[in-house]
Amino acid sequence: MAISIQEAVPTGPVPDDPPRSRRGGRGRAVVEVVLLAALAIAMLFPVLWILETSIKENRDVYAVPAKFFGFRVTLDHFKDAFVAAGGGRSDLSVAFLNSVIVAGGSTALATLFGVPAAWAYSRFDLRAKKDQLFFILSTRFMPPVVVVIPVFLMYRQLGLINTKLGLVLIYAAFNVSFTIWMMKGFVDEVPSEYEDAAMLDGYTRFQAFRRFTLPLLVPGIAATAVFALIFSWNEFVFAIFLTSSQDVRTAPPAIAGLIGGTTVDWGLVAASATVFAIPVLVFAFLVRKHLVAGVTLGAVRR
Amino acid sequence: MAGIEVTSLHKRYPDGTVAVEHVDLSIRDGELFVMLGPSGCGKTTTLRAVAGLERQTSGDIRIGSTLVNDLPPGERDIAMVFQFYALYPHLKVRDNLAFPLRAEGLPEPEVRQRVEESAEMMELGPLLDRRPQRLSGGEQQRVALARALVRRPRAFLMDEPLTNLDAELRADMRTRIKHLQAELGTTMVYVTHDQVEAMSLGHRIAILNQGRVEQIGTPLEVYDRPASLFCAAFIGSPPMNLIEVDVADGMLRGAGGLTLTPPPGLPRDASLVAGVRPEALEVTVPGAERSIPARVVSAEALGDEIIYVVAHGGQRDVRVRMPPTVRFAADAPVGLRHAGGTPPVYDKSTEELVA
Repeated sequence: MAISIQEAVPTGPVPDDPPRSRRGGRGRAVVEVVLLAALAIAMLFPVLWILETSIKENRDVYAVPAKFFGFRVTLDHFKDAFVAAGGGRSDLSVAFLNSVIVAGGSTALATLFGVPAAWAYSRFDLRAKKDQLFFILSTRFMPPVVVVIPVFLMYRQLGLINTKLGLVLIYAAFNVSFTIWMMKGFVDEVPSEYEDAAMLDGYTRFQAFRRFTLPLLVPGIAATAVFALIFSWNEFVFAIFLTSSQDVRTAPPAIAGLIGGTTVDWGLVAASATVFAIPVLVFAFLVRKHLVAGVTLGAVRR
Repeated sequence: MAGIEVTSLHKRYPDGTVAVEHVDLSIRDGELFVMLGPSGCGKTTTLRAVAGLERQTSGDIRIGSTLVNDLPPGERDIAMVFQFYALYPHLKVRDNLAFPLRAEGLPEPEVRQRVEESAEMMELGPLLDRRPQRLSGGEQQRVALARALVRRPRAFLMDEPLTNLDAELRADMRTRIKHLQAELGTTMVYVTHDQVEAMSLGHRIAILNQGRVEQIGTPLEVYDRPASLFCAAFIGSPPMNLIEVDVADGMLRGAGGLTLTPPPGLPRDASLVAGVRPEALEVTVPGAERSIPARVVSAEALGDEIIYVVAHGGQRDVRVRMPPTVRFAADAPVGLRHAGGTPPVYDKSTEELVA
């Protein structure tokens, strides 16, 4: 996602002052490619292996030496991930659905609260605005694990233990601080004169925001929402602490739960992991332009 | 159409910064009133308070006979043009112009007619079906003006509308705005930090500094008799020469021996500063009548005039505006003499005009 300066600077022909050493440059490029390739292989091999495992038959999964090629392709593991042994929905498919609900709900909630808050922080003069923003940011300083126990105790009092609503709320709470900070950058980029002009045309301030600023913020909202979605989708610690029953549990603890019995059905684990990874990949792919924009434009102050 | 009364305006932001300390303005019906000042002087905040975009901490604002303190901007019947043109990017020029009218709920035939009218006034005919991004800065600003016109408001508020344009275009737009205001006769409040704009446009100019009004007057009044040392230094390019003087033998005498005719009514025991415009001084051949010995430090030949920086024995070198026909070399020994009428004189400690 990082954009190097060299890419951004146009490199036109410079007749009088050629690059000092062409060969040196090419040699560097070769080293770069080799290193990047090694890194790519190291990073992508596990992914590839998961994909392979998910479509191998069980005897091929355990084959020694491991089979890279020439195994029989089966989609049984994917079927097992969704359909229970005796027919009907499997626990995993329920977990996937829960993940969709929890991640979607918390992202929607964080966006609903975060975007107007970001707008307000960007537009209005508030007392101790910087301190407030710092406080909001500071909620992200600690690793979430730190507050698992207090949250657990609080949730027990409130009856939110082992509920989807509980997960939605805690994820939204984490995401809203992120949403405010990222969206504030985007709102700062939209000149407030649009709203001023609309207000002179007879709209209220909030109408001006909704009709003129909000449409210009859509790319930023999309990028921010994807980040929030990815966080909620992948979250594991709170999910495993705050939920216990299969009908509430989200996918990460459910998939983790497949490992640890006397035998581990690696094909099923791989298939569920694949299914689990796809939605996030698709989303990130769809908004990849905005993601870069979000990182470079939203985060950098003018 | 209506005049605008601003009484004891004060604006403090929640973080404690005071943008406007105390401003009283009485803008007449049909007047082109310019608020001039350096950035941070409170001129824009005052304008935005008149527009209703900022709520003043205290003080009253009247448009016509209506007290508008509690009216939202949309109900004040005013139009505003911004430095950043604030055209709605998703609307064509035509729809941008029609927007305020449709927001008001006017019937479509009238909307169309009014849009045509103001488009014609700003010569926007061929641009009507374009979107704002496809227009140049000058064209965008013309659209912004047309959008203000289309509403036939009681007053126009202009917030540095020409700052983002290049010099040539700015001069052209200045003429247009002046012409337009004269033709419509609508009250216009124009905020700028550019003294040339202020002098060439305004019927009257208010000079603001640190949230207060330093002076209100016609361009010539402001130029001839700046009300304070701040105004004296702010208006005019090159600015007024501020020369510390003493009263002796019924004349004002500067450090280098420069003599000026004193205005009547000078206070007795105050240290005084005389404001002398560069065109009220003359560079002469050495030893000319009434001249004091001086030396040219540098000369800027601007074509239509030459600005000489002249050392004459005072603490500061003075600037002298001369016609291009008179030439003195840099470093040449020359004479310097005062050639204008009585200069405005300021009290050095209060920095205000005393005579």
